[in-house]
Order: sequence, then C-alpha cells, then structure tokens
Amino acid sequence: MRQLHRFHGGVHPPTNKTQSSETPIIASAMPSKLVIPLHQHVGNIARPVVSVGEHVLKGQVIGKADGRLSSAVHASTSGTIATIGYSKVAHPSGMDDLCVTLIPDGKDEWVANLGADYRELSHTDIRHRLRDAGVVGLGGAVFPSDMKLYGGKHQIKTLVLNGAECEPYITCDDRLMRERAAEILLGAEMMRDLLHAEEVVVGIEDNKPEALAAMQQAIVDGKHARMEAVAVPTVYPGGGAKQLIRVLTGIEVAAGVRSTEMGVQCFNVATAYSAYRAISYGEPMLSRVVTVTGNVERPQNYEVLLGTPVAELVAQAGLKSGTQGYIMGGPMMGFLLPSDQVGVVKATNCIIATAPTLFPAPAPTMPCIRCTRCAEVCPAELQPQELHWFAKAREFGKAQDYHLFDCIECGACSYVCPSNIPLVQYYRYAKSEIWARERDKTAADTARQRHEYRQFRLEREKQEKAEKLAQKERAALLAKQQADAAAATANTDEDAQARIQAAMARVQAQHDATQPRNTANLTPEQQAKIDEIEARRAHIQELAHPEADLDKHHEPPKE
Amino acid sequence: MLTALLVMSILALVLGAGLGFSALKFKVEGNPLVGKIDAILPQTQCGQCGYPGCRPYATAIAEGEADINMCPPGGEEGIQKLAELLGVEAKPFGAGAAPKPKAVAFVDENNCIGCTLCLQACPVDAILGAAKQMHTIIASECTGCELCIAPCPVDCISMEPIAESVTTWKWQYPVYAFIPSTEATRR
Repeated sequence: MRQLHRFHGGVHPPTNKTQSSETPIIASAMPSKLVIPLHQHVGNIARPVVSVGEHVLKGQVIGKADGRLSSAVHASTSGTIATIGYSKVAHPSGMDDLCVTLIPDGKDEWVANLGADYRELSHTDIRHRLRDAGVVGLGGAVFPSDMKLYGGKHQIKTLVLNGAECEPYITCDDRLMRERAAEILLGAEMMRDLLHAEEVVVGIEDNKPEALAAMQQAIVDGKHARMEAVAVPTVYPGGGAKQLIRVLTGIEVAAGVRSTEMGVQCFNVATAYSAYRAISYGEPMLSRVVTVTGNVERPQNYEVLLGTPVAELVAQAGLKSGTQGYIMGGPMMGFLLPSDQVGVVKATNCIIATAPTLFPAPAPTMPCIRCTRCAEVCPAELQPQELHWFAKAREFGKAQDYHLFDCIECGACSYVCPSNIPLVQYYRYAKSEIWARERDKTAADTARQRHEYRQFRLEREKQEKAEKLAQKERAALLAKQQADAAAATANTDEDAQARIQAAMARVQAQHDATQPRNTANLTPEQQAKIDEIEARRAHIQELAHPEADLDKHHEPPKE
Repeated sequence: MLTALLVMSILALVLGAGLGFSALKFKVEGNPLVGKIDAILPQTQCGQCGYPGCRPYATAIAEGEADINMCPPGGEEGIQKLAELLGVEAKPFGAGAAPKPKAVAFVDENNCIGCTLCLQACPVDAILGAAKQMHTIIASECTGCELCIAPCPVDCISMEPIAESVTTWKWQYPVYAFIPSTEATRR
C-alpha cells in the first residue's frame, strides 16, 4: 500500500458529479458545421494548409505545426472548407482568432491513416507522430505532449497519470476511465517507455470508486507491471499537477522548478488515451469527451468532434429554459463563453449551462478584513491576501516577490473569502500586466541593440569610406611619383629609348604584314583608274578654291 | 609615542594605497545613472523628447538638463519609474508631449518609388529595401517612432495602430462597487 501525503489547504465544494457520471459516453450527433480554431494549444498557432472550397477527409491536416512548440490541427470529419477567417473562439477574452469552418458532407470518410506498434518505432518517430497528430494535454493546459515526453537529462522515476478530476460537475475523465481503461493504460505504457520511467501511478479521487475499480481491474487484466491505481482523498484542487504529485510521491515541486527535475512527469488520463490512439491506430486528435451539464434535461458525457458549435452540442442534452450562458471548464476555474457559436476545442472538458437557479448572483463584494482564511486554503501555500493588496495597488514587483507566479488560479481563496472578493481576477490581472511589461521590455532591449548596432555600422562605414579615400590618395601620389621617376630615368637612358624605337618599329612591321590594305596588290588597270580619278578630283578642287593655298593662314572672309 | 606615530602612519599608508588601487581597478566609465535611465526609456529612438535618441535623452536627464516628462512613448508609467529612480516628484506630460496608442509603420507598396530615404531615417534598421526596389517594414522590429514618415517624398508611409489579439490580450482590472449593507444604511 502506497504511503500518501497531504498538500496544504484545499476546499470541499459540492461536487455535483452524479448528474452526469452515471450514463455512458455517447457520440455527439454530426453538427451542421465545425468551427475549428487553429490555435487550440500552447505555443505557435498552426499554419493553415488548406484553401477555401477544398474537400477534406476526416483526419486530414488543416493546420500544420509551426515552430518547435506547436501542434497540428485536423479536419474532424470529411467535408468542404467553407471559410478560413477570424471568428469568436473559446477564450476568456471573447476575441476573434483564426478558425477554419468546415461543412461536413455526412460521409465521415477517413484519410488513409497508418497505425503502428509503438515498440517498433523509434522514440523520435513517436514524438513526431504525436506532434503531427495534434496530441496535447487534455487536462486543460493543452501543452503539446511530445514536448513533455523527453527523458532529457533528468532521470524520470515516476510517471503520474492524473485521473483525480477534482473540479465540481466534470465527469469526462471518470467516464473515460470506466469505459476505456485498457487503452489508457496502454498509452501509459508507451509514455513510460519514452520517458524511461520506472513506475506508473494513477491518482484517482476516492469519490470515483467505479473508475478506480475499472482501472485496477485493467492493470490486472493487462498484466501491467509496476503500475498501480491509487485512491486519493477528495479535496479541491487535488487534481492540480503539483498537488497530485505531492499526494502520491511526497515530492514538493518548488517554485520555478519543473517536476521532471524531481524525477516525476504528469499526464492526464485522457492524454494517455489520445496518445495511444494516435500511435496505434494513426488517429489524430479529432474528438474528445465533453461533459454537458448544468441547466440541461439530460446531463451526459459526449464524444464530441472538435469544432462542434456549443449550441448544437448543448441542444442534444435538452437545454432547459432560463439558461443565461455557458461556462467552459468547471465552476471554480472555468470561464463564461463569449458566444454559443464557438467550437469545442481540445481544452473543452466540460460545458455547464448556467442559470440563476444553479449559480445565484454572488453576494456583494466587501472590503478585505484580513481574516487570512484564503491563506489557510491556498494549495500553493501563498499569502493570497497580500497578493490581493499588491495587485490592487498595482505593485507588481512586490506581488512577484510574494510568488504570484506560483498561483495556480484554482479559486479556493475566492471560494472561502467572506467578503466575496474576486481574488483570482486580481491575480490574473497582475500576471497579464507583468507579462505585457516583460514583452515591452524585451522589445525595448531589441530596439536598443538594433539602434546601437546601426550606429556602430554607420560609424564603421564612415571610417571605411575615409580609409578608402586615403588609400586612393596615397595610390595616386605613389603613381605620380613613379611616373616622375620614370620620366626622369627615360631622358637619361638612351639605351631604353632605342629599345622603345625598335619595339615600335616591330609593331609597325607586324601591323603592315598582318593587315593588307585594299590599295595594295593592285592590277595596272586599277592603278590607272585610280590615278585618273585622283587627277580629276585635284582639278575640281582647284576650280572650287583657286586661293585655297593662299588663304590657308588667314581669317575666313567676313560676310 | 613613537610607536603610536609609526602605527598611525603605516595605517594611513596602507589604507591610502588600498584606496588608490581600488580607484584605478574599479573605475567606472561614464555616468552609471545614464544606463539606469536608458533602461527605463522605451527605446523607440523617436526623438520626440528633442534629443536624437533615447541614450542622449538619458544623458540629458542624468545631467539635469532635461525634464523627465518629455517621453510620450514611455507613457505615464515611464514618468513614474523615472521619478522613482531619481527621487523626484512625478509630473504630467510637458507641452506638446502626449502618449499615443502603439503603432507600426506601413508602406503602401503601390506608391513606393524605392528612394531609400526612409531606410536612412529608420533608427533600428526595420525597413527592408534597396534603390529602385520596393521597401517594406519589418513589423516585428518597428518601434513606431514615425521618423520614416517625414522623409518619404510620395507620402506612402502611414502608421497602423497595433490591434489587440488573443495572445496579447490582458485581463482587466476587477471593477466592482462596494454596496453598503442594509444594516449600515439604517444606522
């Protein structure tokens, strides 16, 4: 039996999971259109590689991974590309981003895809395939998985599979573990192989006994060695990577340190499943399990094609009246979607239809009374009240000194705050301000560098020009001196003079010999004709200018 | 008496030598304050302060010749930071200096005649082109200084404000009202 540990703080919000966890996953109906954003992952946006009007097959790449940290995007079904342009995406900003709109043709026709046994592929090949299959972390961070599967210089001892799913309402991982445990574990085996990890530990919160039992059974059935599924206490946010690692291994991942440096790597169970499908069946990331719950008739988990508009998905669960909006994610960390027309993305684990009956308007916000209840529940062991003061006063340097960036934005502090202060909003605001400032600083540094280099270059060009000019002058001077010297010697050296004369004579001789003129070698008749013409010409000239010879040295006559 | 004199003079010599050595060894070139001020300035090199670039302005501030409120691209925040660094009161912008939204230059390629005048004006070499060849702005390097606009003989350069995108979007400062409870109002 594994010795479990505790992490600091945590809260116990009502879980609200049973509404959706008791029915099996069903495939969502084919939507009328798919709005597929090209930026569904951390890193560079995928580069579109299709054109409007093109017919694409299911699984065909429509956005290619661009740069080192990026991931591919695929057509979720076969159909025609209607538009490639900016439209609303599932992002808290409510702004537009580049999306590909696909009209399904209903045939669901697959592109040729080749599965392979991962044991026969090289590790580099597997990572490339994962990247091209668009496999990213499905726990919510959507970080490209291939980048996390480097053994690197750190020896990985433990691979943690995260099946804790601590947020209220969400049950997609629960259902996935109950129904597809074997494939999750095969994915975990592949990940273990890539990381050269010794053991695999699956952490599942103890409010999901069926999932735990299914996973334990699958471990036995699959004869997986050094692998165990462990029940962890149900505490929010026990599903945070750092928190789960702490509970399962006792290792505390320090600020600014990656868990791999401590010998642990963590993946969501759904990521392991998708990675396995991508390699073994050659199926890229085209769909994911999404919990649809809240103000609907039949809360349910759906296998949803990426890009399915939220409105069409929720309609299948029977939307109840009074719905005011949709939360993507859980009630603790999720955000309100800007529109019901945005497409489901790789990060969409749950859609909650909100209604005043489910989520009553929060009580009015009051000033902070410094009760420090937030500090008691903070899983990152921060001082949320201090961070709140600093963010409020825009003292970002101090906020950073108090480890603002260790905040995982779990919302436990706002949950317990008796004054209902939107604490996480303050932290998010401070973080994005600091990031913006850092961007400005980098831009300024680059500009400074470029400006200094330009000045250096101008100075250098000036110098080079001056140097060239000086060199030319020197050369001219030298040439003149040499010419003078040569002239001086030429006058005295008669021998040289004679040699020059001889050479010129030789050249003349050669010239005469090689270039016969048309007046040479004439027949006597021709010669006689020429003489006659010349005589006539002379006569005419004499007639025209009788005093030509006389006037030669005088001015022309004035008229 | 003699020992005391000896001790004191040896001490003086040793300390003097130490000070003299460190004065040579750790000599600081130029005014270190200039570097600190320059680090705060936004490096647009736009000359809106009246100095030919950020470093000359930093030098002028350090020498007390220029005021701290002459840099529009730095914004209010730049003034705050300069005031903090120099230990003076922050003040509003000077006459004629007001911050503008961030922008990058844009060359209308239909009208560009390839005269290279803007290339010579750009302080950060962010314009690509050659004589009789079309020019274009390297947007990622453009600081938005507007120095290329005046020299253009065909007025084909304009400033395009930088739009916010999903990647540069910032969370808003939380705004809410404190509503006094009914008990407090009754009292």
